[in-house]
Amino acid sequence: MTTSPSIVPNFGSESSDRKLAIICSKGNLDMAYPGLILANAALGEGVDTMIFFTFWGFDMITKSRMNDLQFSPAGNTAMHLPGSDMHIPQSVMPAPGMTAIATKMLKKQIADLDVPEVPDFLDQIVAAGGHLWACRMSADMNKLTMNELRDDVEGIISASDFIEMTEGAQLLFI
Amino acid sequence: MPVIEIAGKQINVNDEGFLTVYDEWDEEIAKTLATQIEVEMTPAHWEIIKFLREDFKTQGETATSRRVQTVGGVPVKTQFELFPKKPAKKMAYIAGLPKPKGCV
Repeated sequence: MTTSPSIVPNFGSESSDRKLAIICSKGNLDMAYPGLILANAALGEGVDTMIFFTFWGFDMITKSRMNDLQFSPAGNTAMHLPGSDMHIPQSVMPAPGMTAIATKMLKKQIADLDVPEVPDFLDQIVAAGGHLWACRMSADMNKLTMNELRDDVEGIISASDFIEMTEGAQLLFI
Repeated sequence: MPVIEIAGKQINVNDEGFLTVYDEWDEEIAKTLATQIEVEMTPAHWEIIKFLREDFKTQGETATSRRVQTVGGVPVKTQFELFPKKPAKKMAYIAGLPKPKGCV
């Protein structure tokens, strides 16, 4: 057996300037997660990450709503019975209680993977160095101020402010 | 898979340099691995590395940052301070374990 020369993983240079900007525009439970998972992954790779919450995405950072995001299977033709390829007919989706049942099921599936709930997940993202910003127009439309938002939201800013501060960043709209 | 010399021992690693045999790891090797990626080991670092080693034994996979916080009790923020930029991968590397597979 011959010995190879030393191999050390490349963890990138300390001065990497890669930046990622994620715009979260949805307030459904299922659509809250993609942005959070990608933000968390980017931070774990040493990428400077900022998230801009706009329109329905505002619910993710609004204190009175962030614990109560919901998932509705209505209009989602990719919704199958768990563990099977069978569709649930769209006609039954608007039935009373369906959203509550679907939300409960999705929350359980997420928790089973040890993935945190949305507020906890944002705590983790901020702890990892992520930055949270809120959209000015959405705040004005919803009559919300910084008082109603998570304490770690860094500010309510205009779309142009966000574009300016994310110069050179890769951008995801979700 | 390459075999390289670390701390005077012949060690199996993958193409990136992560150890591939759990029992070939020891603390001397960990110190060398840490030095190679410019991490200076303190008791706080060792606490995490030991948690990862123990957790791998029972779980069969490397704990993610999330798990190091929820089960190991070390906040994510602290992990980033101790192993800057890429804590999960750096911790796994020094602990002689594969990169974590989980997304979160």
